[in-house]
Amino acid sequence: MKTFAAIDIGSYELEMKIYELSSKKGMKQIDDIRHRLDLGSDTYAKSMIPYEKVTELCNILNEFREIMKTYQVTAYKAYGTSAIRESKNTRILLDQIHQRTGIKIDVLSNSEQRFMDYKSVASKTEHFNRMMKEDTAILDIGGGSIQLSLFEKGILETTQNMKLGVLRLQERLNHLNASSAKIEQLIDEMITSQLAVFKKMYLKGKDIKHIIVIDDYLSVVMQKNLYENEPGYISKEGFFAYIDEMKHMTLSEIAEKYGIPGENALLLLISSILVRSLMSLTGAQLIWASGVSLCDGIAYEYAEQNKIFKVQHDFDADILSSAENISKRYMGSRKRSETLATIALTIFDSMKKVHGLTERERFLLQLATILHDCGKYISMVNLGECSYNIIMSTEIIGLSHREREIVANVVKYNHNAFEYYEALGMNSTLDAEAYLTIAKLTAILRVANALDRSHKQKFQNVKTTLKEGNLVIHVDTGDDITLEKGLFQSRADFFEEVFSVRPTIRQKKSL
Amino acid sequence: MAERTEYYNPEYFTNRELSWVLFNHRILGESKDVKNPFFERLKFLSITASNLDEFFMVRVASLKDMVHAGYTKPDIAGMKPKKQLQELNVATHELVKEQYKVYNKQMLPGLLQHGLRIIERYEQLNEEQAEYVDKYFMENVYPVLTPMAVDSSRPFPLIRNKSLNIGALVYKNDNVQEVTFATVQVPSVLPRLVQIPQDGEEKVIIFLEQIIEKNIDKLFLNYQIEAVCPFRIMRNADLSIEEDEAEDLLKEIEKQLKKRQWGQVIRLEVEAGVEKQLLDILKEELVIEDDDVYEIDGALDLTVLMKLYGIDGYKHLKNPGYTPKPVPEFKDKTDLFEQIRQGDVFMHHPYQSFQPVVDFIKQASKDPEVLAIKQTLYRVSGNSPIIAALAQAAENGKQVTVLVELKARFDEENNIIWAKKLEQAGCHVIYGLVGLKTHCKITLVVRKEEDGIRRYVHLGTGNYNDSTAKLYTDVGLMTCNEQIGEDATAVFNMLSGYSEPRSWNKLSVAPLWLKDKFLSLIAREKKHALNGRNAHIIAKMNSLCDPDVIAALYEASAAGVKIDLIVRGICCLKVGIPGISENITVRSIVGNFLEHARIFYFENDGKAEVYCASADWMPRNLERRVEILFPLEKEEIKQKAIHILQVQLSDNAKAHLLKKDGKYDKINRRGAELVVAQDIFCSEASDVVKSKEEKEHERVFLPKVHVE
Repeated sequence: MKTFAAIDIGSYELEMKIYELSSKKGMKQIDDIRHRLDLGSDTYAKSMIPYEKVTELCNILNEFREIMKTYQVTAYKAYGTSAIRESKNTRILLDQIHQRTGIKIDVLSNSEQRFMDYKSVASKTEHFNRMMKEDTAILDIGGGSIQLSLFEKGILETTQNMKLGVLRLQERLNHLNASSAKIEQLIDEMITSQLAVFKKMYLKGKDIKHIIVIDDYLSVVMQKNLYENEPGYISKEGFFAYIDEMKHMTLSEIAEKYGIPGENALLLLISSILVRSLMSLTGAQLIWASGVSLCDGIAYEYAEQNKIFKVQHDFDADILSSAENISKRYMGSRKRSETLATIALTIFDSMKKVHGLTERERFLLQLATILHDCGKYISMVNLGECSYNIIMSTEIIGLSHREREIVANVVKYNHNAFEYYEALGMNSTLDAEAYLTIAKLTAILRVANALDRSHKQKFQNVKTTLKEGNLVIHVDTGDDITLEKGLFQSRADFFEEVFSVRPTIRQKKSL
Repeated sequence: MAERTEYYNPEYFTNRELSWVLFNHRILGESKDVKNPFFERLKFLSITASNLDEFFMVRVASLKDMVHAGYTKPDIAGMKPKKQLQELNVATHELVKEQYKVYNKQMLPGLLQHGLRIIERYEQLNEEQAEYVDKYFMENVYPVLTPMAVDSSRPFPLIRNKSLNIGALVYKNDNVQEVTFATVQVPSVLPRLVQIPQDGEEKVIIFLEQIIEKNIDKLFLNYQIEAVCPFRIMRNADLSIEEDEAEDLLKEIEKQLKKRQWGQVIRLEVEAGVEKQLLDILKEELVIEDDDVYEIDGALDLTVLMKLYGIDGYKHLKNPGYTPKPVPEFKDKTDLFEQIRQGDVFMHHPYQSFQPVVDFIKQASKDPEVLAIKQTLYRVSGNSPIIAALAQAAENGKQVTVLVELKARFDEENNIIWAKKLEQAGCHVIYGLVGLKTHCKITLVVRKEEDGIRRYVHLGTGNYNDSTAKLYTDVGLMTCNEQIGEDATAVFNMLSGYSEPRSWNKLSVAPLWLKDKFLSLIAREKKHALNGRNAHIIAKMNSLCDPDVIAALYEASAAGVKIDLIVRGICCLKVGIPGISENITVRSIVGNFLEHARIFYFENDGKAEVYCASADWMPRNLERRVEILFPLEKEEIKQKAIHILQVQLSDNAKAHLLKKDGKYDKINRRGAELVVAQDIFCSEASDVVKSKEEKEHERVFLPKVHVE
């Protein structure tokens, strides 16, 4: 058994949860400590967190450390989100916090954070599986933006970020100075146009039955008093009735009725209207609000990575599936991707001793094969550049920014001439290690690409052997492979440059 | 805010101050009850006196503040502050008259009968006694007296709050015309009761002020004494504004604060038959109106009777001291935690010992597996073993968090001393919360066990005070229920300044009091009644004066819910109002132990729910409190609590029933067997231990056989 602490340095609150992680009992939360600290307002307005707030943050973190000591916590993970991320001096800030508290904070990108939120929902395995039996949308409502993810047959289809966070909407409402009776209508107007676009792009032919809500306001109420048979669950009818009732109440009446602080009443109303709009849009029948927080996801991920317990849901499949959907949108060839993946991964596996990369990089390579030709949707000439841009501007949930950049670069250099790190110089945001990963994955992808040059999937059956500085690729095909062999030469040169291993093709003609 | 229905009609409410006076009358009734041992009756009389003092300082003082501030908002009974003061004045005068009737007609003759002669007037001393008294005066009293005379160069001296003084009119030998006022404080450092050595069986006791009065000429040497009279004052000295009525009151009073007369005298007690001129001087100098002058027919300040109760001997005239019985679950058990793991333990103090609670903390302080101990402390005893154990725990490296409530009335100084002690030992001490009074009683012990963290929780209705736990009836629960453990952790996180948890499992915790929870429980009974189902509420508490709760009870009663209330003190609810409260009974138990537990029973159509709480049904708008309501869920424990309520409802000896006219009467037994709830609990507590012993002995004991 492990005692683990998860710390979330959010925009408006610091939270630490203590867990016991074990294979037998899974994840058991034993304490939850929250402290209100508004870091977001300063970051968003001035891009800096003022000194006093940093001091308060450090004081609280030191208290957290004491609490960790009490529970004899053996490992912790602390994550900062947008308030830290969007601060101008993130690195200085993090170092300062580390010096003053001994706590190391990692910063989550939006997509990582959302993925973590998603994991936190999945950590409620029983409920999660129950919901996933039907097609489901997860609505993750944050302060600045919302993340809307669609699931088909339990696997992630697509995910989109929209700047419709509750605090953002609240601020806009404040500018409008609207009377309370009008609030509902205004919120509706603000969100409908964006949601309509989403519907047009992604909801065609979908039959979403369930909605999972992740938020800080509606979930509280749905766990506490707004539910039907079981805390957290409410039907469409029940939910619509609840909103109709809210329409006729003042904010303070809402706060009183649901037992929430008065300042949260408007936020609750906004969240509720967001959910209602999504219900109308999708025709979903059932809502579940899990009441989980980011910390649950952090602990779940830690347990997953450290193999403390078996994770039921295949999160990698979600990422692959959403990559496939991106490819599909840009009319990529699924068949070709599959061939490419087979070849590339076969090479990757046989080169394990040489390249020293992990399963995660293998996974990135797989993503690169899926997305390798998405740019052709825009331009067949500037394929590399266009693919790079599409990947960089599409959120792939579950990938960190750095990982996304690796994938985008691998795809780019599959088509474009490779640029050396030294030449990239200061323009690169990548660290040396990421660069090397790009080089290695590119070399592999290029070879694989060469073997399927004609896009006719001639190489269905590929085997490789690594022997004395040579990578022999056995192909089993009766087709003519002159074109491939011809192209192979130049790709093999780069491969050899990167790995000091020479790839050669050996054709076995089956009769 | 609940809707103002017809049930809020002011006519349906009793003013809380007047209800309090009735409560003190009930205690006074115990001092009249010849069924009580004689010295116990003395004690009850003394309690009425100290209660009245506190009542003046806190409640009357604040009413006076309201009047001064021009505050005219009526209370729930529709009475404006001025009107309340007027009626209260009549009521307190009556109460005092009654007190002295008991004192003169019953206590003094009774004492004499039992061989204790109280010398009321020094004139009653015989020669020998007088000689002793004079000697005593010169040796012990004279050196500590500070007589003060008033003249053109010496202003009227400051008379201390609650002090006993002797006022005198004196004149210079040569000038009979010019009378001067002089005063001397009866020193509080000397015992007020002085025993005069005596041959024979009889004990003779004289009041200190009589000794001084007898010798007053020695204090004013060049003067003639014209008149002498003991007097005592009570001041409005309470700085904190203690009001429950309305939030806007505080602002109002703040505005008027500068106009307020600091230390204003709100009560003057003088011996009856005081010389008029002397009284006039006192009244003028102390700026007090006739209404607030109490002419006392006997010795002032009857709290002194508690000292009389304490004198050696007379055992046969006192209740045999009750020794709390061991809690059977913990008897002969060395490991409390193990016992708690086997099942929740419910305790009923003082019938059952408070020791397990002390041991709980003691054991935790030494247990190597314990990581942390957290506790709220409100009022603790002088030499508290709990404090010692907490300090020990901190020294043993446990994380110890203690919330010390400094705002506990009249107790501030004491609290600060031991809080410092805890801090020095390395405990994390939280000195209360801003704007909130922490009234809940909860202890949490966190242990790291083989299969993970386990939390042990004690929840109670009484303070962690091992001395008062021998006198106050309270209940407590020890449990390691996971959900309660989580809630307990959340309570302490909240008390440490962190946010309230997103939701609670079992406990209802509220800085804003638990009103909503109670209102919904009452409303549920009402619903059951309307649907023709069984609906019954039994609630036991110290005070009932929240208008919303009372209105809800009226509403429930009107719907047919049977409501039985056991309210020791103030009760603003009226019974027997046609169509409103005909289904409500209210009784008050005044016994040897102070009724203090809060237990709430809701029939819920056969799925009964029972709760215990640290809170009464009182509004606390200005002084918000952190309180906890906890459910009793185990069937066996639920039954124990229901049993307590039922026995109290069947009490026909110490219970007073509230009648339609707002008065309380003892129950007419009509020949039924005498039921004294507190006595029943006493004997049940021993029976339970005995039956457990017997069971064990059956198996354990083997007769010794003589073998050659």
